[in-house]
Amino acid sequence: MTGAGLLVQVLNGLQYGLLLFLISSGLTLIFGVLGVINLAHGSLFMVGAYVTFLVAKAGAGLWLSLPLALVGGTALGVVLERVLFRRFYHREHLDQVLLTFALILLFEEGRSFIAGNDFHSVPVPASLDWSVPVAAGFSYSAYRLAVLAACLVVAALMFWTIERTRAGSAIRAAAEKPEMVDLLGMDARRIHMLVFGAGTALAMLGGALAAPLYSVYPGMGDGFLIISFVVVVVGGLGSVAGAFWAALLVGLVDTLSKVLLPVGAGAAVYVLMAVVLLWRPTGLFGGARA
Amino acid sequence: MSIIARPMSRRGLAGLGLSTLALPAIAQSGGAPLKVGLMLPFSGTFAALGENIAAAFEMHLAERGGKLGGRPITVIRLDDQSDPAAAPQNVNRLLSRDKADVLVGTVHSGVVMALVQASREKGVPLIIPNAGNVAASRELCADSVFRTSFTNWQPAYGMGLAVAKTGVKKAAWVTWDYAAGKESAEGFRDGLKAGGADLVQVLSLPFPETNFQPLLAQLPGLGVQAVGAFFAGGGAVQFVRDYAAAGLRDKMPLCGSGFLTEGTLAAQGAAAEGVQTALHYGDGLDTPKNTIFRTAFKDRTTREADVYAVQGYDAAQLLAVGLDATKGDVEADKALFAAMRGARIDSPRGAFTLSAGRSPVQNIYLREARGGQNRVIGIAAPALADPGTGCKLA
Amino acid sequence: MIVAGRGGHLALAALALAIAALPWFGSSYHVGFVATALVAALFALSLQVLVGAVGMVSLGHAALFGVGAYVVWFLTPTGGPAPSIVLTLPTAALAGGLVALAIGGLALRTKGFFFLMTTLAFGQMVFFLFHDTPLGGGADGVFITRPALGVFDWVWEVPRRQRPSVLLWIDLGVLVAAYAGLAWLMRTLFGRALLGIRANEHRMAALGLPTLRYKLSAFVLGGALAGVAGHQWAMTEAFVSPELLGWHRSALALLAIVLGGVGALHGPILGALAFAVLGEVAGLVTERQHLVEGAVILFVVLVLPRGLAGLRLWRPLAHAPAPAPAPTPVPIADPAPAAVVDPA
Repeated sequence: MTGAGLLVQVLNGLQYGLLLFLISSGLTLIFGVLGVINLAHGSLFMVGAYVTFLVAKAGAGLWLSLPLALVGGTALGVVLERVLFRRFYHREHLDQVLLTFALILLFEEGRSFIAGNDFHSVPVPASLDWSVPVAAGFSYSAYRLAVLAACLVVAALMFWTIERTRAGSAIRAAAEKPEMVDLLGMDARRIHMLVFGAGTALAMLGGALAAPLYSVYPGMGDGFLIISFVVVVVGGLGSVAGAFWAALLVGLVDTLSKVLLPVGAGAAVYVLMAVVLLWRPTGLFGGARA
Repeated sequence: MSIIARPMSRRGLAGLGLSTLALPAIAQSGGAPLKVGLMLPFSGTFAALGENIAAAFEMHLAERGGKLGGRPITVIRLDDQSDPAAAPQNVNRLLSRDKADVLVGTVHSGVVMALVQASREKGVPLIIPNAGNVAASRELCADSVFRTSFTNWQPAYGMGLAVAKTGVKKAAWVTWDYAAGKESAEGFRDGLKAGGADLVQVLSLPFPETNFQPLLAQLPGLGVQAVGAFFAGGGAVQFVRDYAAAGLRDKMPLCGSGFLTEGTLAAQGAAAEGVQTALHYGDGLDTPKNTIFRTAFKDRTTREADVYAVQGYDAAQLLAVGLDATKGDVEADKALFAAMRGARIDSPRGAFTLSAGRSPVQNIYLREARGGQNRVIGIAAPALADPGTGCKLA
Repeated sequence: MIVAGRGGHLALAALALAIAALPWFGSSYHVGFVATALVAALFALSLQVLVGAVGMVSLGHAALFGVGAYVVWFLTPTGGPAPSIVLTLPTAALAGGLVALAIGGLALRTKGFFFLMTTLAFGQMVFFLFHDTPLGGGADGVFITRPALGVFDWVWEVPRRQRPSVLLWIDLGVLVAAYAGLAWLMRTLFGRALLGIRANEHRMAALGLPTLRYKLSAFVLGGALAGVAGHQWAMTEAFVSPELLGWHRSALALLAIVLGGVGALHGPILGALAFAVLGEVAGLVTERQHLVEGAVILFVVLVLPRGLAGLRLWRPLAHAPAPAPAPTPVPIADPAPAAVVDPA
């Protein structure tokens, strides 16, 4: 492969990895702060993608679907937290698994009711429907570059919030030492709601951005859910920075394995995860928790 | 085959302490009407395909007054959800619970294996109205297994031949990494070779992923003059759009098995304009049979007919030939199968006969996507039969 | 994890007898349906050896199930006579156990949620080995000849019409034997040690117990039993495909355990049978099958914290046992993702 070809593939890997980060950052925060295994996170991603699809069908574009996904996602997250998840913080993890599995079924049924069971493609916004030549004989769609940029902006905003704001320090404290929150006199319930709302909004935003790139179809959340769990575990549970680097790593490994070793492409990210966990049993950025 | 290989001695039976046990026998119900089990996807990704196959099948029944060979027909629909793991149980539902006499199905090539197995084991007539895995017409061919669709090899072979005739010497194939993808790649390779060209590379990704970027980025480095693809449904939409967005169309024209642009043109928009594909059906086939069929289908369903509807319609036509020959008796299987094997079906796609593997010998048309239609612009391979390697039937 | 008491075992025995008698009053369809459900129950039971007894939640268990099923395919010569069940069944158990030994030996270096994900990783590697290489006959799956019921010279030829009934009885017999064996095992010193590890691994280690060796033994035992379950699948369906090894199947078994009750050895059996019946009934009454399934599962998890095995219908409420002590605070990870259908 030529140098330019490799460069393009690295770009592909980064774009995929950054999208994975949007989904897995919410997953790792919810796990870190609330201690909840949310299998329905993939369904929330799917809901976000269908928001873009339905909005496009109604004739509007991403300028409407992105804010809708963010606001709607936050609201949905808060409602889910207050009505259901709050009852499960002290239950066994396996009960949470059963709860969120039921939610997957219900989300899929809702999707089927509202949007049907077909595979739908979603148009790329007209203003970004052009290509930029990036290497000899190969162009990159402007929308794909825009998604890459948007993910970087969201990631930067997130790190800024977590590192520099009061809410962020509360979240960090809650993720690293849950008992600290009470000691510091912070309202744990509000942090829980905030984190769940933000995590849901991130998943739905990821879905809304991804729809024109990956199409929408029943069960589309499944594949993204499992790969996001890989990211979360490789990065270390509860670590947003870990999720960031792990997402890029998983994106690159997945992409490059498809190019260099197609036969092993399906198993590549699992090999990566196994190697990382055998080498560091709590993930790259994981603490002692497990 | 199965639990049993040789007759067992009385002593062995006694040894198991079962000699006095009256084993329950499950009676088969017979008599009119004849039950046809349609096992198709009515939900999930392939739901639209299943609906069109079933609607066209039922349309032909209605044209014949609900009777074939003088016998009233009851159609039982079963949703297989395109789930291979549930397939054996679904087949069991149709045969044991619903007592189906004839099986028709299905779309997914993994699910169809369970139908083929049941048909081979129990001798139940099976007509495959879509799934194109070559095995059913090759090493797994059987007296009782028929298809009115295609093998994955056929359209890809036609495409390879057509591409080679345009002067292309080297081409690549892109597909999902599953049986249908591999079989179509073989067809493309054989077609190119027949026209004096070479397939230099097969690029694939796991089914049903739609992250095509890593594959597309490899194409410029291969030094090929054309790229063929096998994708269907939403994956095909995404692939054709990504191919155009990557700026590859000017240097390497895109072509493929017909499914690449089948029922997807509206969503693909300008990206599909000019893409050539090969299939056993297309738009603008102005035969009287096709015109009548399309009008009737539209009247009945308010949808435009497509290749899936044609395959479903022909499944009913093929069954009719067999049952007419036996006056509606499915138990007379020798006569039934012989009549179906020798059938000449007057299909909307053009008349076809069946090969030794019980698979259509049919024209593969060359089509070009123009203004939302797959216009037929020629015949890529006339009266093409699957090679049927490994099938010992005549 | 508790083993059912005398009353519970009577109820289970009655259930087994009712299932054994099914061929006399049910259609062959129902016989086949229950046989498939029994295999699912056996598989869930094999996972319970890890989950309920030791607290190890694995998402790679289906790989062992699939290996057991593929053993039948590996042992069947092309075009030759079917191998005897006397050969295939122990080989399937051995294969499941050996693969479990390899996976467990590595994965047990991690704990809790990380263990879950490590087993997922190894399970998926085995899945892709069968899915992406010609080793197992291809991604679409292959049909197999059912193992013969016989030893050496004689073979019991089952008439075709009686085959569903015979398969049902074999599946039931294997399940009953597996359950009885495990119920006995849980009362032995070995079983008690496992439960001790589940309750507090550090204490057991401090007592001088080689906990890792015990956990690995349980993992291998569960794997061997999963291999047997896979063998029964192959025997019942006469079809194997790589889907058998995918993590979805592990997740479904895990759900059967949670639905039935993590705390009881017979929980997974109840859960798997309930799942099968739920899906079938929901499919009969409505097009919106997931809606019914989702609602019922949600109801169970909100109302029955100890799963179906926690139901005590025959006991008057006044004598109901005091509410279970607050669940021991579980270390912040030992659970499991799952998911639903793939698009195609």
